[in-house]
Amino acid sequence: MNAIPGRIAPAPLLSVEGLTKWYGHVLGCRDVAFDLRPGEVLGIVGESGSGKTTLLNCISGKLTPTSGEVRFDTRRFGLTDIYGLSEPDRRRMQREEWGFVHQNPRDGLRMRVSGGANVAEPLMNLGGRHYGNMRQATIDWLDRVELDTRRIDDKPRNFSGGMQQRIQVARNLIHGPRLVFMDEPTGGLDVSVQARLLDLLRELVRDLGLAVIIVTHDMAVARLMADRLMVMKGGEVVETGLTDQVLDDPQHPYTQLLVSSVLQI
Amino acid sequence: MTDKPLIIVEDLAKTFVLHNAESATIPVFQDLTLQVAAGECVVLAGQSGVGKSTLMRSIFGNYLPTQGAVKVWHDGAYVDITKANPHEVLEVRRRTLGYVSQFLRVIPRVPTLQLVMEPLLENGVSFDEAKDRASELLSALRLPEAHWDLPPATFSGGEQQRVNIARSFIRKYPVLLLDEPTASLDAENRAIVVRLIKEALAEGAAMIGIFHDLDVRDAVASRLFEVSQFKAAA
Repeated sequence: MNAIPGRIAPAPLLSVEGLTKWYGHVLGCRDVAFDLRPGEVLGIVGESGSGKTTLLNCISGKLTPTSGEVRFDTRRFGLTDIYGLSEPDRRRMQREEWGFVHQNPRDGLRMRVSGGANVAEPLMNLGGRHYGNMRQATIDWLDRVELDTRRIDDKPRNFSGGMQQRIQVARNLIHGPRLVFMDEPTGGLDVSVQARLLDLLRELVRDLGLAVIIVTHDMAVARLMADRLMVMKGGEVVETGLTDQVLDDPQHPYTQLLVSSVLQI
Repeated sequence: MTDKPLIIVEDLAKTFVLHNAESATIPVFQDLTLQVAAGECVVLAGQSGVGKSTLMRSIFGNYLPTQGAVKVWHDGAYVDITKANPHEVLEVRRRTLGYVSQFLRVIPRVPTLQLVMEPLLENGVSFDEAKDRASELLSALRLPEAHWDLPPATFSGGEQQRVNIARSFIRKYPVLLLDEPTASLDAENRAIVVRLIKEALAEGAAMIGIFHDLDVRDAVASRLFEVSQFKAAA
């Protein structure tokens, strides 16, 4: 009897092909290809300058690639190259179907309006007009990310870094996205805060069935969050596979170096 | 239940290549063949360094074999773990293939009860039922109830190991890999784990185990499997 590989092959949510970005003559990333399924968490690891963030920005529609395609299963158009959409259509799709959690909450939050308004804004952008409902949804989400709901009207700057990151997470999940990008989401936090936030993110990902692309240079974060990994070096993907297999039995010289360089405590 | 073997290992070879140590190659085994049927517990035998854990990890998909196939019976068909994509391997691990290591590796600061409930929640079991079953299993493993709301980081080695066992046995995996699950347990707790293993075998699970403790080994082994007979030439 033969094994049957790929018996169930649900349509990919995101399909990236031949993605290349040059900054003039400097390479950002080259010839990246992968599929992401609904509910799958992909980690992109590598050291600083390896092209992780360039790749994330190209995939998330922030940075037009030099060549290649980023196809996403949009609600309105089906599986479509996002760079083939008109600018307004692409922006609308990003607002409706994606979330983006930045490393620095200041990049993802409006610092001049309250934490609650930050969380509610995506609902307003999507046409929510019932103030009471939106406020209730906001309170529910603040509670879900374990923030004191009585502080709904405080400005982000009055929250700690970890709390700001929770506001950012709530803001990026409240509208029910199917794909969330995370750029070093726990990068600027104390280890003590990091662990709780990671656990929270993992629970939310599981409960909401989110697909996530998470960029991190922290192998421990990658192990805890990602189902599978892409290892980048010098703008190219040098190894990919199941997270624990890549970390415990790395095949590429660079991955072996990366994994063996992690400090044990 | 099926009368087909639940695990078929075919012509498996594993050689490590250490690129950062002048590309040293470490051959472990080759042409390794093994089948495990439902209700059977095959215990890997041999000295330290012979490749028992390497074989176990290759079957789990944690190590990437150099050659050969590892077929696991999942949902009425065989899935070759060495060639399936990550998505399929995770699906097989979520529902069919469990692994109990010696060490507990979990997110820090998560309470014990929640850790044990997690595999059930991942499989769509309701919160209340998961909580009941986790409590039942932790009681059976005699982990003091006062510990349940604490994260296991500060627990003793034996307590952590029991949390680990609870996390694996709560799911009733049809195929279970046991890598010295009783290494830091005292005699009474070992007996409890032996009982859990026998119950799972009686229910038709297929197991591969590594046990250095001879009492446990003799109590659960259907047969021994010498890994050294497939030793690869250096």
